[in-house]
Amino acid sequence: MATPPKTAAPRTSLLFRKEPLSSVQAQLDLLGSVDLGDESGLFTGLASAPGNTFDLALERSGSFPLQATGVETYQLNLGRVCNQTCMHCHVDAGPDRRENMDHATAELAMQVLAQTDIPTVDITGGAPEMCPEFKYIVRESRALGRRILDRCNLTILSAKGYEDLPEFLAEHEVEIVCSLPHYRALSTDKQRGDGTFAKSIAALQLLNSLGYGKPGTGLRITLVTNPVGAFMPAGQASLEDEWKGQLMANFGIEFNDLISITNMPISRYLEWLESTNNLEGYLQKLVAAYNPAAAVGVMCKTTISVDWKGYLYDCDFNQMLEMKLGYGAPTHLSEFDVSKLAKRRISTNRHCFGCTAGTGSSCGGSLTD
Amino acid sequence: MTSYYDPKHLEHFGDIGEHASELSAKFFDYYGAVFEDGALTAREKALIALGVAHAVQCPYCIEAYTKSTLEKGCDPEQLTEAVHVATAIRGGASLIHGMQMKKVAGDLGM
Repeated sequence: MATPPKTAAPRTSLLFRKEPLSSVQAQLDLLGSVDLGDESGLFTGLASAPGNTFDLALERSGSFPLQATGVETYQLNLGRVCNQTCMHCHVDAGPDRRENMDHATAELAMQVLAQTDIPTVDITGGAPEMCPEFKYIVRESRALGRRILDRCNLTILSAKGYEDLPEFLAEHEVEIVCSLPHYRALSTDKQRGDGTFAKSIAALQLLNSLGYGKPGTGLRITLVTNPVGAFMPAGQASLEDEWKGQLMANFGIEFNDLISITNMPISRYLEWLESTNNLEGYLQKLVAAYNPAAAVGVMCKTTISVDWKGYLYDCDFNQMLEMKLGYGAPTHLSEFDVSKLAKRRISTNRHCFGCTAGTGSSCGGSLTD
Repeated sequence: MTSYYDPKHLEHFGDIGEHASELSAKFFDYYGAVFEDGALTAREKALIALGVAHAVQCPYCIEAYTKSTLEKGCDPEQLTEAVHVATAIRGGASLIHGMQMKKVAGDLGM
């Protein structure tokens, strides 16, 4: 049995390294070229489709075409800048990136939000806190009374120049949704960089000291675990007790929820899968685990994703693949029309199998029990 | 047969039910029930299975329970410790038979 080559983690972005896979078309071509297998007979009886096999799966399970049912989450991706360079990043973010939302776009995003009653503002990046507009967006969203989520990498909370962030987040009752692949150091550091685990633990302890993760404070910490490798995540329900016990016993840390997310085969995770000969096996695993119930609940049906330039997408993954809203839906904040967006048809491609596999996956974790 | 062990056997394990199907159905039902959450969690059972797989040196089980434990949220250090548990028991099982050797040698020796 051939052992996949283990290369040292590339700690720069694909774009910085001028890798072919920094091109979205190259990613789509690579995904499109993989033999998806059909162990579970998902496609049996359907015309073999070299094109969008995900739509075939939807058709087979009665979910085609995929239609939005509302807009409950306004997900703002403030840019590609990050203080970390995680191996699996679907954004290809890192310290070598420069893309950040400017004030005019942030202002427009807040004007649009004010004209809707979308309940949740979900702020992501990169490390969204590194965008100069981050605090403005938090303050404005708070003033509008919306629930705010910060998809936080934890290490930014102790980075130079960001020391005031934890108090700022607590003051504005921002829910912190943070990545921690494992409650032990080995896998966390492997995926996210040496020393990340220790910094993440220190950040969680700091958040706890501010009341985060404690009952009755309303300050919530959601931990996000994702597989460190080419396999599917554990069901989050099966992990939460173990994680709570381990983090409390070893570090005195409390948190509210644990969610598990399936790694999406795009960008740097796609690069890793290909370079370790895991790509075909991983995609076949996702296809074989296609779950019709998860397809019914996919997050894109109730989400609008906005990029740093104000363009609109069905989700953050489509955003990274530059798949702007299609089928006549508005494509930019300047044309935002919630009634049209709430009923739009959703654009799909093979990467979508990442959200429908097993218990399903979304920015909020599993989609089924 | 070009090899005694074929990785594809694992995914086709169910085909063993082609003959004596009632017995294999009973086995697979039992097997599935064993690995469900119970007094032990499914993760704990998978770690035990990984250790036992190394003790019985079954390559199919080693592949299956390496994947299973990873998918259940264990990290490579935890997997490795499970293997050491099996190793310690196997080694200890040899070593404690040294007591028999000692007895025999003691009885025979001067």
